[in-house]
Amino acid sequence: MQLARVIGDVVASHKDRNLSALKLLVLQPLAADGSDAGRTLVAVDAVGAGVGETVFFVRGKEASFPFFPTEVPTDAGVVGIVDHWDLG
Amino acid sequence: MILARIVGTVVATRKDPKLVSTKLLVARPMDPHGKPEGTYLVAVDTVDAGVGETVLIVSGSSARMAAGMKDCPIDAAIVGIVDAVDVVAG
Repeated sequence: MQLARVIGDVVASHKDRNLSALKLLVLQPLAADGSDAGRTLVAVDAVGAGVGETVFFVRGKEASFPFFPTEVPTDAGVVGIVDHWDLG
Repeated sequence: MILARIVGTVVATRKDPKLVSTKLLVARPMDPHGKPEGTYLVAVDTVDAGVGETVLIVSGSSARMAAGMKDCPIDAAIVGIVDAVDVVAG
């Protein structure tokens, strides 16, 4: 899983039926120091995250597991909202 | 998932039997502001997208979870047509 900041959302009225009613968020992955790291991506939201929050997300087919047994066609999903993180 | 703009179509007469009657499109990935990034890719269209539209593409094994793509040899599927992208920063 990776840390990211939610920087936006995507509106798509015509989409796969298993994506309907799901929130699509634009994520900017973060480095450990909180700076931007890598390309932005779009992820489905499984925890009620919103723009401006720091989250962690999962990549791959596992991103659809929070919606089991619905087979949501996604390769990225937000699975946690970060309160804070510490580096030892 | 990534955002991409559809820039073309692919015609392939000879292909894997599981891909028969699928629509293949050429897509150029882009950032949320619409700036192209990365290399072109070929994706299976499951939502009737067309050239010039902005779409949502799912990659990897998850692409097989798109409607009608079960057990198909694909790693990219178009699963949504984007109306708007709202970005506050970045």
